[in-house]
Amino acid sequence: MSLTISRVFVDAIVAQSRAEYPDECCGAILGPVGSGTPTRLLPMINAAHSPTFYEFDPKDLLALYREVDDNDEEIVVIYHSHTETEAYPSRTDIAYAGEPGAHYVLVSSRKEIAPAIEFRSYRIIDGVVTEEEVSITEESISSP
Amino acid sequence: MSIEVRIPTILRPFTKDQKAVVATGATLTVLITDLDQQYPGIGDRLLENGALRRFINIYINDEDVRFLGSLEAPIKDGDSVTILPAVAGG
Repeated sequence: MSLTISRVFVDAIVAQSRAEYPDECCGAILGPVGSGTPTRLLPMINAAHSPTFYEFDPKDLLALYREVDDNDEEIVVIYHSHTETEAYPSRTDIAYAGEPGAHYVLVSSRKEIAPAIEFRSYRIIDGVVTEEEVSITEESISSP
Repeated sequence: MSIEVRIPTILRPFTKDQKAVVATGATLTVLITDLDQQYPGIGDRLLENGALRRFINIYINDEDVRFLGSLEAPIKDGDSVTILPAVAGG
């Protein structure tokens, strides 16, 4: 199990996490259904506006799933930032993880490690966290 | 009256992998009771101590049921119901 992701997305997520610091940032990357390939980044508003919690706004969440269905896409990556702790799923991340097919990506924007990038990916299934390798590609994004 | 209910991936083990099922009920409470009779156990994943779970979102058509009266939200013929787990964490 591993995540292959373009550097464009990695850079965008890291930039978003810094822009929204000290709040956690969040979002999703979609891809063609069945491909497992992240091709379309959708930054989401953290409705919790909190340094210790994130939640996709419920209305945006419905719109996201409608869009995924309409475009024959799937949610490949769900990402969020941790502001003061390492990029490892918290207890609440594990408790609320509801997409067994998604890669859960965490970035850490804690000050003491900046500017080093901590960008890690996990599967979270039935309360079990499995870290996976992240391969960052230099290809540009060629999706519509 | 039959209402289409869209089931999220994480609850499909209850519905034999069906993405959408049909249930009946003039309010959300009655609909969830009917769902739980058809797919035992699913009700417990939606409710906690008789209230909607905090990190489960249910929509009637395009509206979050929290703005429609939560469990008392009325449902009418032709409505569709969508269940989505919150995407949330700490």
